[in-house]
Amino acid sequence: MFDLVSNGPWHPFRDFSYNYLLLSHPRHSQGTSAMPFGNTHNQLKMKYSAEAEYPDLTKHNNHMAKALTPAMYQRLRSKQTPSGFTLDDVIQTGVDNPGHPFIMTVGCVAGDEETYEVFKELLDPVIEDRHGGYKPTDKHKTDLNPANLKGGDDLDPKYVLSSRVRTGRSIRGFCLPPHCSRGERRAIEKLSVEALSALTGDLKGKYYALKNMTEAEQQQLIDDHFLFDKPVSPLLLASGMARDWPDARGIWLGVIHGDLVIPLMPNHVSDPSVLPWHNDNKTFLVWVNEEDHLRVISMQKGGNMKEVFTRFCTGLTKIEELFKTKGHEFMWNEHLGYILTCPSNLGTGLRGGVHVKLPNLSKHSKFEEVLKRLRLQKRGTGGVDTAAVGGVFDISNADRLGFSEVD
Amino acid sequence: MTKNCHNDYKMKFSLEEEYPDLSQHNNHMAKALTKEIYEKLRSKSTPSGFTLDDIIQTGVDNPGHPFIMTVGCVAGDEESYEVFKDLLDPVISDRHGGYKPTDKHNTDLNWENLKGGDDLDPNYVQSSRVRTGRSIKGYTLPPHNSRGERRAVEKLSIEAMTSLDGEFKGKYYPLKDMTEKEQDQLIADHFLFDKPVSPLLLASGMARDWPDARGIYHNDNKTFLVWVNEEDHLRVISMQKGGNMKEVFKRFCVGLQKIEDVFKKHNHGFMWNEHLGFILTCPSNLGTGLRGGVHVKLPKLSTHPKFEEILTRLRLQKRGTGGVDTASVGGVFDISNADRLGSSEVQQVQLVVDGVKLMIEMEKKLEKGESIDDMIPAQK
Repeated sequence: MFDLVSNGPWHPFRDFSYNYLLLSHPRHSQGTSAMPFGNTHNQLKMKYSAEAEYPDLTKHNNHMAKALTPAMYQRLRSKQTPSGFTLDDVIQTGVDNPGHPFIMTVGCVAGDEETYEVFKELLDPVIEDRHGGYKPTDKHKTDLNPANLKGGDDLDPKYVLSSRVRTGRSIRGFCLPPHCSRGERRAIEKLSVEALSALTGDLKGKYYALKNMTEAEQQQLIDDHFLFDKPVSPLLLASGMARDWPDARGIWLGVIHGDLVIPLMPNHVSDPSVLPWHNDNKTFLVWVNEEDHLRVISMQKGGNMKEVFTRFCTGLTKIEELFKTKGHEFMWNEHLGYILTCPSNLGTGLRGGVHVKLPNLSKHSKFEEVLKRLRLQKRGTGGVDTAAVGGVFDISNADRLGFSEVD
Repeated sequence: MTKNCHNDYKMKFSLEEEYPDLSQHNNHMAKALTKEIYEKLRSKSTPSGFTLDDIIQTGVDNPGHPFIMTVGCVAGDEESYEVFKDLLDPVISDRHGGYKPTDKHNTDLNWENLKGGDDLDPNYVQSSRVRTGRSIKGYTLPPHNSRGERRAVEKLSIEAMTSLDGEFKGKYYPLKDMTEKEQDQLIADHFLFDKPVSPLLLASGMARDWPDARGIYHNDNKTFLVWVNEEDHLRVISMQKGGNMKEVFKRFCVGLQKIEDVFKKHNHGFMWNEHLGFILTCPSNLGTGLRGGVHVKLPKLSTHPKFEEILTRLRLQKRGTGGVDTASVGGVFDISNADRLGSSEVQQVQLVVDGVKLMIEMEKKLEKGESIDDMIPAQK
């Protein structure tokens, strides 16, 4: 019949080129799910009662839906942060994405640093539930001194294939990705590029803006699992963080091979002997304006987590100093540690882990229990929610808030 | 004008810093927007708080395609078309064949004014359909509305539709309460609309809070259907098998009128003005918002070298039978009016009726191996 509203197969965004767009009629599916809304204005909504505006969360299973109540909604709905982020902005992603019976998503985001204060009545219980009972009065400890890590340089490389540590950082004075305007995002990019370009020695690297990337550079970065795509997860998209993609997004990549830094160049793509990262490449990489202002990643093949962590801490500390020389610091406070877009990443924002072969242990009946007792979590080697391949698991810390990076 | 805190915050940044990068873009918004216009409009907002960035976000996020010209902007409320006319007037002009800011649009929903249309050859015409959209005055549009507003629109719509009788009598199915069985039936009938997946629609914000306050109404005969809170407040569809477009159009006009009467009783009539006709979310649907067409078998004519030319002259467009941009199957095409703004409903449906009639005659000639050169119409 006419103008069918049909759902075709879901296509993940893999291609940065503008032809990803599905060009046919809006009702034919191709690709993504929920994307952001405009900047809805709060005053108009106050004409309607709290009950008329209260979201239907009956089918929902996420932290926001567990914490929100009609009375809380009534109290918070008239508020906004100084930059104009409202309660509905905080919760939209959780309303639009009811969740999954087995996976507990967070269902809310911050639009700026003040969100965690103005909407603490909602976010404190969310944080408490997500971070093992963390109380509004608790203090978070930050420790980025790699010397405090004992051992970690001798994980058996026959089992540990690679090691990696990542975290996020937000630049104080700017709104966060769900809320920031193009002007802000570009300012963050500019500052970040300036700061990162001042890194020297074995942290030296190069910035690749997403919108100027050549096809060859793009392919190379995808092959090496460095490139981040425009998000396709409805969880992220509904928060508004993908607006204006790929404007002001980019990847800063420093690839270290011994003491020599080999920046990614298209003309090296055809000469594999020049590419260091297929062997024992050691990498320090920064994503700009993806889910957070900055995502900082240190990784290398093998089991020398100490080296990975040392480079991570050194790099982060240097970057922070460079930002400070420009009059900008990272968002941090003594209660929540590092402030990031998603409440699940507060504290250290750190996920440190290895790809490790555990074909026998992983089948042991006590595997889950062992992980839990060790305060660790498992994922497949493709990241969250992927399957393990060949008995190789991604094992990382489960905690973010209430424990330091070194812990 | 209500104070929009977030927009004021953005004013701290210069025009240069905030102006979107449209270098890769090919849509009506990108063609019309300039730095001067952006500078002039960026501090404004409609009374409900819709801003320039809200209008253009979908066009910024969806650069478009080299061959298809998308609109790239949406309205958040009736006032958007006034407050942001510096951008929307050129978009409208470009999209609607040179329509000027001073032009007046003619609305004619008197089905009796349609000549003929009841005798399209059913050997060729498989089905006939007319659809349009309506917005309810006093509420903001799907890109902008809150849950409270959307629910209020749904409530009013249910009242309007459940008051219908005779051939219009039917039932409303809210999306969120639908049973599996109801859902399967509606899918089998091709009535059910899904949560949109197109980035074009999603980037505008119209899918927020899905499926809250969305639903479908249809009559028992399955010839009259209303979508509530999808891309517009209401989408009204009349359809049936065969070629009796007159009957389809009559049902369409009568049903629309009955629904409008109920809304008017509550002082929430349809959004309309004499310049833009019916106000809808997407500027491409202004005017009549009407797409009237048929599924018609034209295997020979569609392969004729002058097919596209004929369609253009008849002011018609073709689509595959799955809708926009699908392929035609078995030589069956969806043929409908190309215009929306600047001509009335009767005029647009008349073009479909007359045009399809002519094309069927051409098809018959081609079947007999005869030439159609003397039948090629002049530009309408």
